[in-house]
Formats: sequence, structure tokens, C-alpha cells
Amino acid sequence: MGNIIEFENVSFRYEADEEGQVLPLAVKNVTLGIEEGSFVAVLGHNGSGKSTFAKLTNAINIPESGKVTVNGLDTADENNTDEIRRTVGMVFQNPDNQIVATIVEDDVAFGPENLGVEPAEIRKRVDDALKAVNMYEFRNSEPYKLSGGQKQRVAIAGVIAMQTSCIVLDEPTAMLDPNGRKEVLATIKRLNRERAITVVLVTHFMDEAVEADRVVVIDNGEVYMDGTPREVFSRADELIAVGLDVPQATQLAKALNAEGIDIRTDILNEEECIRAVLELLKE
Amino acid sequence: MVRDITIGQYYPGKSLLHKMDPRVKIVLTLVFIVVIFLCKNFWSLGLMAAFLFGGICISGVPVKMLLKSLKAILLIIFITALLNLFYATGGKTLLDLGFAKITDKGVYTAIFMTVRISCLITGSSLMTYTTTPTMLTDAIERLLSPLKVFHIQVHTLAMMMTLALRFIPTLIEEIDKIMNAQKARGADLESGNIIDRAKALVPILVPLFVSSFRRAYELAFAMECRCYTGGNNRTRMKQMKLSLLDFGFVLGAAALLAGVILLNHFFVKLI
Amino acid sequence: MPIISLKNVTHTYSEGTPLSVSAIKNINLDIEAGELVGIIGHTGSGKSTLIQHLNGLLKPNEGTVEIDGENIWADKKKIRSVRFKVGLCFQYPEYQLFEETVYKDIAFGPKNMGMSDVQIKESVLRAAQYVGLKPELLNKSPFDLSGGEKRRAAIAGVMAMNPKILILDEPTAGLDPKGRQEILAMIKDYKKKTGSTVLLVSHSMEDVASVATKILVMNKGEVSMYDTVPNVFSRADELRKIGLNVPQITRIFIGLREKGLDVETDVYTVAEGCRRLLSLKKGGNC
Repeated sequence: MGNIIEFENVSFRYEADEEGQVLPLAVKNVTLGIEEGSFVAVLGHNGSGKSTFAKLTNAINIPESGKVTVNGLDTADENNTDEIRRTVGMVFQNPDNQIVATIVEDDVAFGPENLGVEPAEIRKRVDDALKAVNMYEFRNSEPYKLSGGQKQRVAIAGVIAMQTSCIVLDEPTAMLDPNGRKEVLATIKRLNRERAITVVLVTHFMDEAVEADRVVVIDNGEVYMDGTPREVFSRADELIAVGLDVPQATQLAKALNAEGIDIRTDILNEEECIRAVLELLKE
Repeated sequence: MVRDITIGQYYPGKSLLHKMDPRVKIVLTLVFIVVIFLCKNFWSLGLMAAFLFGGICISGVPVKMLLKSLKAILLIIFITALLNLFYATGGKTLLDLGFAKITDKGVYTAIFMTVRISCLITGSSLMTYTTTPTMLTDAIERLLSPLKVFHIQVHTLAMMMTLALRFIPTLIEEIDKIMNAQKARGADLESGNIIDRAKALVPILVPLFVSSFRRAYELAFAMECRCYTGGNNRTRMKQMKLSLLDFGFVLGAAALLAGVILLNHFFVKLI
Repeated sequence: MPIISLKNVTHTYSEGTPLSVSAIKNINLDIEAGELVGIIGHTGSGKSTLIQHLNGLLKPNEGTVEIDGENIWADKKKIRSVRFKVGLCFQYPEYQLFEETVYKDIAFGPKNMGMSDVQIKESVLRAAQYVGLKPELLNKSPFDLSGGEKRRAAIAGVMAMNPKILILDEPTAGLDPKGRQEILAMIKDYKKKTGSTVLLVSHSMEDVASVATKILVMNKGEVSMYDTVPNVFSRADELRKIGLNVPQITRIFIGLREKGLDVETDVYTVAEGCRRLLSLKKGGNC
């Protein structure tokens, strides 16, 4: 399958502050493609430029130089903006600041209503979207009575109801508790698998990135690493150097390796770690 | 806990009043208020009160809750009654206090006014008890939509009302959090004179404004991402359709109006 | 004598109404001075309600809260002084910053305590040092700081009151891995330098395991465990039953044991895990 989003040598900087001081580039010479139907995790520490990168995908940020295209449409052309946002939906970090209506189902309907979809069709899409995120039974609830994880699922439903083919999530779990994080991650994975929706998950949680098909590490506005989770996490030292970390299972293998033990260092989870340790001790 | 607060004063139910089209409900409430002022004697006012009582029975809203909304304006009712008691002229003098006289007409007028204001408040509360704030906002938007001709941004106003309703609980929760955080740093919010108390609000208001602006900024982004460009070419999932029930209520209101006019005509006018 | 002592503490929100929710039930708890207690539990397990009782933001419906052997509600007028003794730093504390400069913001607590200007200055500078804020940042507006710096400034605002007990509600929430490590290291360092008692609410077992001396597990408004770190994590099955977990490294050792390997499962840091496996590899016992 082809790329749904394409970055060609993209650089971006925010507008100068009040004192007129020109700010440094927030994103530098990024060239990469997001394959249709894939699940890509974008990792980076706070201030690495990963959120700026996310906002370049659907024409909130317009490149200073280079070009971003969504299904071949240039994000710099204002005539394309509506079509691009119809293709790439976005979910933000703070669940409270993206829900606009006082009733869950009205909020999910907000996108399709803006697109001018027929009322009967909106109803169908809203019901379908709420079922897709397991929030159908809460359709008549008031958003402020929901938990953080539930609110984020409503936000995801709002994007699905617009029938977008790609969802970009900008640190959707940063403000959630472990249960909320699990709910949201499971929802994202299911949508990717069952509905072939392209997912770009911006995060700094390693355990979430492990679930992706591909991990892109951004540091200082540049693509620092790009590969499968196994490739990326085996380079633990480099990740730690850019303010990230690796799962404890990987850390253990790494530590043993440093002591001269011959154990593989591309371990991602506890099962793999247990197997590797058992093998090691059998010898 | 903050999560338990309800905005507006909606009382959930499935009565005929709950099912009435909110647009019709708003218009009929306005008509009700006008007709109340058309009442000239106890007979016509009594008819209105009886009608209102019927409405309350149908709605299933507990009388206790409706009385609560009256409690808020008890002072206004009391003052109005008092003024009417002393200043109504004519009729038989019941009590002469020297500086003012209380006449039988004064007593009647005071009672009349009390009943009238009570009916007024109870009637409009009945509407808000049987309609969710969301439905009210929607109905107002649709009722005012002819104003578009005069380039009045009805949709924008309605959107602002919706967002306000949406964010009130969030902001209440936020104020609660900030107050606790500052209290934990020894902020004294309870004692001192007015100036001290006003000063004590600064540590709460500044963070609240900062966070509200941040929220507004993020919300604007989120709405843009969902293709919001104002009211043009927008459709609505929930359509409002007039049903037989609504026509029934309109006819009922017309009958009531006729009744009031007749009763005003056949009996002596009080005011 | 324990520095914190709770006897039969119960708190019910909206008591006497149909909406009443019992947030904590019959809590009995003694915490000794000098501990660094990690508090874990689900959202809604009563953690927040519990910590707000310790500095008198909430009053128990039943039972007594004693700090330093004194019932904090014995004299209602003195409740403010309890808040200076027990410093409470809420989740996302950067949202409480309000002053023109970082210095003034950190000085808010000390000023409320009625300290002299000299004492205030001393406290502010010391607190800034604890959290690792550079002195040149003190004259900046708190709103011009980076996210991590704001968090530190807000924590310093509580530390500046020189509390005997410091309570932090999820101080690492929303931070990236490096920011989390730095805050945890700072808390550990603060405890070492001041010798105060520290309570740390967290969702991350790994974080708690790396700094705490004791762990308090809350579940459904009750204390379900309060013990040393190894003792709590040795009850992995019970933790799982209430939907909590043990650190990944501990799970690995539990897994190894289940597969028939002769290892103890009281491992909760990577360094310790590595040491155990090395000695096992060399044929030693562990």
C-alpha cells in the first residue's frame, strides 16, 4: 500500500515572540512517509518537536520549507484544508479541552454536522463510532461525569464519525491513569486492526510504542531513529541519551550484556526476557 | 463531590411536558407569561393557576422542587405585596396607621400580586425543569434563526451558550482544585475585611484565567480539526419535528387565552 | 511515637444526601518519622481523600487524625498551622502558579506563615536549591518557564514552608522519562538532606520501587497493605486481584520461578535483578 502522509524535507518554526526574537526550528528537514493502514509510534521527550510534527500532518502547522502531502494534497494549499482534515483526524492530550457538546452523542456528531452530512446518516455514523470505542451505552451521558479514558474514547469516536482514514493522537494517554491508558491503547489497536485505520501515536511511553509496527524517534526536531520497535529498543543507550528509556526487560538484558553475559539485547517484553534468561542458564 | 452537580435544573422524566417540542415549550411559556398579565381578576387568575397546577401534575416534577425556585425570590414577592398593601387606593379602610391606610382593596391587590408572581416563576421553572439546557440552547437557536436576515450570528451565540454549559462543570472542578492547592500553602480565604478577601482571591483567579485561556486555545484547535467553520452549511443530527402533541398544547393554550378574556369580561376587574 | 497516626478515620462525601459516597472507611494507620512512603491504588481508591485529611483540608466524619501526637482538629482555629507542618503538593501543581516572579510564588507559603523577610529569603533559596532551579530563574515570570521548570517551581513552593511531612500527589504525572527520573532523584535527595517524612502518591510501581522505603496500598477506600517494599511486592497475587501490578522486573522473576528456576522473587530493581542472575550464572546461590 502507498503512503497516506508524506513529509518531504520539512522544516517548521513557530512565529517570533513579542520581543521579535526569531525562534529556532522546531522541526528540521524531516523526510518520511506514513504507510496506509500502519500503526506508527512517534517517540520523543517533552520539547523534542514531536507535537509540532503531529500538527504538521493536518494543516494546523504549515511547513516553512519543504512539503507535507496527505493523499497527494499539499497542506500548504488552503483549498485542500477541509479535505485533509476529513482524511486525518486528530486527538489531543487533554480530554477536557476537545469535547464541545454537553451530551456524548452530540459531541460525536459535531464533526459530521460540520461536514454537512444528512441527519439520518449522522445518526448511523455516531452509533457506529460509539460502538467502535465501546462507549455506546454512555451515549446520553454528560462528558464531565466520565473518566479520563472514557473521555478520550469519546474524542476518538468523534474522529471516526468523520470517517477519517488516519488518526493522529498527540499524547492521548499522558494525563490518564494506568486503566485509562490501557483502555485507550486497546481501542487504538483494535481500530487499526479491524478497520485498517492508519494510526500515528505520539507518546513518551515506551510500553505503548512497543505495540506499534514502526517507531520513529524524534529529537531536537529531527528524525533520530526510525525502525521496528525491536530495532529501536535494542539501541537502549541512544534512547536514554535523548531523554527516553526502555522497558525494564530490555534494561535487564542490557545490564547482563554489559557484565559480559551473552544475551540478546533486542528484548521487548517480559516473556521474551524470561525465555532468554532460561536459555542462558540452561547452557 | 463536584461530579454530582447538575447544570440548570432539569428534572429527568418522560411526561408529555418533557416530550413537547422545546421550541413550542418556549413559545408557550412566553404566551403563559403574557396571559398572566392579562388577568384582571381572581377568576381569570384562578383559571391560570388551575392550568399551571394541571401542568405540574402532568410533568411529575415534585412540588417541593418548584417551591424551592420560589424561595429564591421570596423577598421580591414580599416587598411587592407590601407595596401593594399600602399604596392601593380606594375601597374600605380596614386599618388606619396615620401615615398610611390599609384598605380591603389593598389586601386583595397584595394577594393578587403574590399569586401572579408565584405563577409566573413556577410556570417558567416548569419549563426549565422539563427541558435540558442543551435542548433549550438548540431551540433558542432555531427560534432565532430568522434573525439571520439581519446578519445576526445566531449560530455563534448558540455555540457560545453550548460551550459555556459544557465548561461550567469543568471550571468549577478547577476552582475547587486551585483553592485546595492554595489553602495547602496557607492561603487564608475566610477571614479579614473586604479588601483582604479580595486580595486573597488573586492566587485563585490568576491561575484560573491562565488555564481558561489555555483551554480556549486548545479547544479552538480541536474544533478546527473537526472542520468547524461556523454555522454555514452545517447540518444537525437531531431534528426537531412538531408532533400532534405539540398542536394539542397550542390549542390548549388558545382555549386558555379565550377563557381568560371571557372571565375578565364577565367579572369585576380588580386592577 | 509515629509522626502520623490515623484512628478509625472515615470520610463520606455529601453525607446525609442520596448522593453520599463513602470515600475512605475506618482507616487505622501509623507512619513513623523519616519514612518515604509510596502510596498506590486506583483512581477512586481513596488516595486523594486520605492525603487531604493529613493536612486538614478535609475533616473526618469519624475518627481522629494525629500529627506529632496531637489531634489536628482539637482546636479548629489552629488548622492553618497544620498545613505548614504537613506540606501537600497536588497533582499538576504548576497550574497553581500565580505570582509575577518565581521568587514571589515560592515565597507565598512562607509569607502566609508570617516569616520575616530574612527567613523568607533563606527558605526560598533553599527550596529552589532542593528542586534544582537555577537562581537566575527566580526573577523570571513563572509563566515563562518550561514545563519541567514550572513543576519544580511549584514543588519548591511547598518545600519552602519547611514542612515536617511532605506529601506529593503524582509529582511525575505527564513528564517524559528523563523528567520523571529527575523528579524522583530530587525527592530522594530532599528526604536525605532534610530527614523529613515524605509521602509519594504514584501510579507507577517502578517509580515507587525505586525510591520508597514503605508502600501503602489503598483499595476501595481501605488500607489493604502497609509494609516494606519487598513485603508488599511479595504479595503479587493479591495486588493483581485488586487490579494493581508489581514492577516488570519482579514479574520477570516470578515468571522465572514458575518455569522452575530456583530464584527468589523479592527483586524490584533492575540492578538487583542483574546481580541475582549473575551470581546464579556463576553457580552461586541467590
